[in-house]
Amino acid sequence: MKATVYVTIKENVLDPQGNAVQGSLQTLGFDEVAKVRIGKYMELTIDTTDRAVAEERVKAMCEKLLANTVIEDYRFELEG
Amino acid sequence: MKFAVIVFPGSNCDLDMYNAVVDVLGEDVDYVWQTATDLSAYDGILVPGGFSYGDYLRCGAIAQLAPVMNEVRKAAAEGKFVLGVCNGFQVLTEAGLLPGALIRNNSLKFRCHPVGLRVENANTAFTRDYEKGEVVTIPIAHGEGNYYCDEETLASLKANGQIVFTYDGLNPNGSVGNIAGISNEAGNVVGMMPHPERAVSELLGSADGAKMFTSVLNAWRERNGAASTR
Repeated sequence: MKATVYVTIKENVLDPQGNAVQGSLQTLGFDEVAKVRIGKYMELTIDTTDRAVAEERVKAMCEKLLANTVIEDYRFELEG
Repeated sequence: MKFAVIVFPGSNCDLDMYNAVVDVLGEDVDYVWQTATDLSAYDGILVPGGFSYGDYLRCGAIAQLAPVMNEVRKAAAEGKFVLGVCNGFQVLTEAGLLPGALIRNNSLKFRCHPVGLRVENANTAFTRDYEKGEVVTIPIAHGEGNYYCDEETLASLKANGQIVFTYDGLNPNGSVGNIAGISNEAGNVVGMMPHPERAVSELLGSADGAKMFTSVLNAWRERNGAASTR
């Protein structure tokens, strides 16, 4: 089974990197860009066929390591 | 008093920390590799700066899972004195020993220069030789030292006197409440972005960091009934 994990900076936490990229996009003429938030994309290949187990395990992985829930949100998709 | 300087792959301020203990205090100090599973011989645990595990995933995220960190948690729970500096501070927040997190500097720049620090709490084991409100000069060197916590946590930090140092004057990284260093609720665990171990002699530009080391030695001596050096 494949898990795709997205980790993003919480809405109320400043994302200096996103702000800098937004500024650069505007410099290039993409004035319509009102906001940029930068996050992480992770692909995990998981040795299980049990979706419920995978769901529970990947959630635990996110909570314990993949995201720091003080500053980040996470979501994931399971496939296969 | 016996100190441990914890070393992870990618630590790079371990030598400075070790030598600060030797030069300022002349006390026993060992480098302790991250796979160690026993810290019972040590009274003070120093988690130095650097780029542990290459800052992979997040600063301190991998290091906090090293075997030695279970022992650091144990030592902290026993009331032993624990100091995390720079990457060490990041490791302690990731390990849950201190609240909040360190994020990218709001300037996006790696800031490396002396800063003025205001001593907000002179009652911790690491700051008792300072005066409350005193402004000291200690260098910073970080790209991700922007302390963040939610408003509720900030209010409890203030209420419990857990804010140990704030930046005096210009805030170099955008931290909430101008926070440069905090302690846990019990006050025996302190984390800070500035490097006191780099400010222990006038030859280094400032000796203002030396009192952090004398403070913890005095705190330990008081706890153990030995005469204070002060």
